[in-house]
Amino acid sequence: MALIRISELTKHFVNGADCVSALHGLDLAIEEGTFLGVMGPSGSGKSTLLGLLGGLTRPSAGKVEIDGIDLYRLSNEKRADFRREYLGFVFQSHNLVPYLTALENVMLPLAVGRMKDVEKKRFAAEVLERVGLKDRLLHLPQQLSGGEQERVAIARALVNKPPLILADEPTGSLDTTTSRQVMELFSELHREGQTIVMVTHNRDNLDWFDRTIFLRDGQIVEEINQRPETPARECA
Amino acid sequence: MRLETITFNNLKRRKGRAIFLLTGLLIGVATVVALLSLTNALAERARNELESFGANILITPRSDQLALSYGGITLGGVSLTAHEIAEDSLAAIGTIPNNRNVAAVAPKVLGAVEVAGGRALLMGVDPEVEFGLKKWWQLMGSRPEADDQLVLGSAAAARLGLAIGDTLDVSGKRFRISGVLQQTGSQDDQLLIARLPVAQRLLGKPGQVSLVEVAALCANCPISDMVNQISRALPDVEVQAVQQVVKTRMHAISQFRIFAWGVAGVVILVGALLVFVTMMGSVSERTREIGIFRAIGYRRSHVLRLVLVEAGLVSAFAGLFGYLAGVGVAVGALPLLGDGKAVWHFDPLLAASALIAAVVVGLLAALQPALRASRLEPSDALRAL
Repeated sequence: MALIRISELTKHFVNGADCVSALHGLDLAIEEGTFLGVMGPSGSGKSTLLGLLGGLTRPSAGKVEIDGIDLYRLSNEKRADFRREYLGFVFQSHNLVPYLTALENVMLPLAVGRMKDVEKKRFAAEVLERVGLKDRLLHLPQQLSGGEQERVAIARALVNKPPLILADEPTGSLDTTTSRQVMELFSELHREGQTIVMVTHNRDNLDWFDRTIFLRDGQIVEEINQRPETPARECA
Repeated sequence: MRLETITFNNLKRRKGRAIFLLTGLLIGVATVVALLSLTNALAERARNELESFGANILITPRSDQLALSYGGITLGGVSLTAHEIAEDSLAAIGTIPNNRNVAAVAPKVLGAVEVAGGRALLMGVDPEVEFGLKKWWQLMGSRPEADDQLVLGSAAAARLGLAIGDTLDVSGKRFRISGVLQQTGSQDDQLLIARLPVAQRLLGKPGQVSLVEVAALCANCPISDMVNQISRALPDVEVQAVQQVVKTRMHAISQFRIFAWGVAGVVILVGALLVFVTMMGSVSERTREIGIFRAIGYRRSHVLRLVLVEAGLVSAFAGLFGYLAGVGVAVGALPLLGDGKAVWHFDPLLAASALIAAVVVGLLAALQPALRASRLEPSDALRAL
């Protein structure tokens, strides 16, 4: 059964007197456990699609259903609750809160929940350990490298165990080696059954996905389905 | 971790803005507190000094026979021949609910006496109270400290041709003139002033007084309340408020208050604007952060709480330290203002008000920026990346 169903999804932006069309009647179904790559040139509608999947902005027309829930029939506040329970976001350039430690950044989604403080800490520490940052719990973002910051962002997206992870150019600002480490982490999550939708313009990432769609001018122009394989490591 | 933890860490790790806001508000609160403390102290001193304008309550015997004019005030029923007020009964004034507001009780006995070549009006007084109350009396010589001493009004001294050190026989008793009042332009100029017990004996009114002047300080209650209280304590006498003095006194105090509150209002407004501008700036600066919070599932109410808790916390600190700073300024400035007679008193109402007002002003001023933050669409906030 498809975890995500998108039908006739359209999004226009008004820019002064101009109306810019970002997505045109997009239809897409994404099965649970898929690692979907969304690729395309700048302005093709990749980030808009991700924003609509995440309930961050309203579509001009069409429907987004996740786990049978019509996202845009929910009120603003209910949609916020939905994001907290169903989604994990990994943003471009990490987007960590600069005055919070790695542990506190990871605990952010739990801060508004009813869980006990000790539990929140335990959960966050476990996830950070999982992404290999066991020794960086009390570091502020500025004390971490780019790759470490990205891993904190991934840990934050994982901490509330969401059915879906949405990632926007997570390797965009990383060097090749660090990018690879981050993609390995995503791949590992995928192998454990995690559904992931990742926007990227980096064709090197293509091999990590088990399904890739290519967007151009707000429409799917190509689609590749492949068996996920861990790409061969490059020689050092 | 709770929402408040985010606020604490923001304040702790991004001290610059917090310190700016705290300092601005603190100066505002300190100014208001210093101003109101000074005004209270100065108003109190003014009230005390206003005593030199004389009594504001007159107690006279209940009588409908003769009228007597004294001190420019026409009294309804002081009879020289009818019944007088028992001196002992005046102790009841000390038992009225507002007894702490009674500053001075000046009993006096009045009566006509024979002196060389005619009759004169003798007034028996408690010199310490009377001369304290009538600070406009300019006395040459000294008060009547002994039973055989007498102070003359300027007109009486001129008419009798007497000077300090001379003697005068009054109804058969010899007095030495200890002092002469300079001209006051009132009926005081006609008086012979002796100590109360001596005058009572000479006038044949032992233990009796003809009239009592009371100086009451009543900043927070109408003087008419005190008149009623004294009337109840002394049912057989006539108690009247001297309205002109009362009104002058109240007016002076209220002018102080209006000035202080006016300035306080301006300072509070400036403080509110400071919070508003700072929080607006903070919200703009944190648009990206707010976008993250909203994207990871924070409700609008959560974002609202984040901004308001921050403003409330800084305002509470500003209220507390502002109050202490304001008190420090007031205590430091009081000796420099006036003659050092004004004293600072702890006012729990002002302390509580400073704290509460700081928090309320801080929260109200931060409400609009907080609402603005909470209404940010996550996509718009993240586009600001």
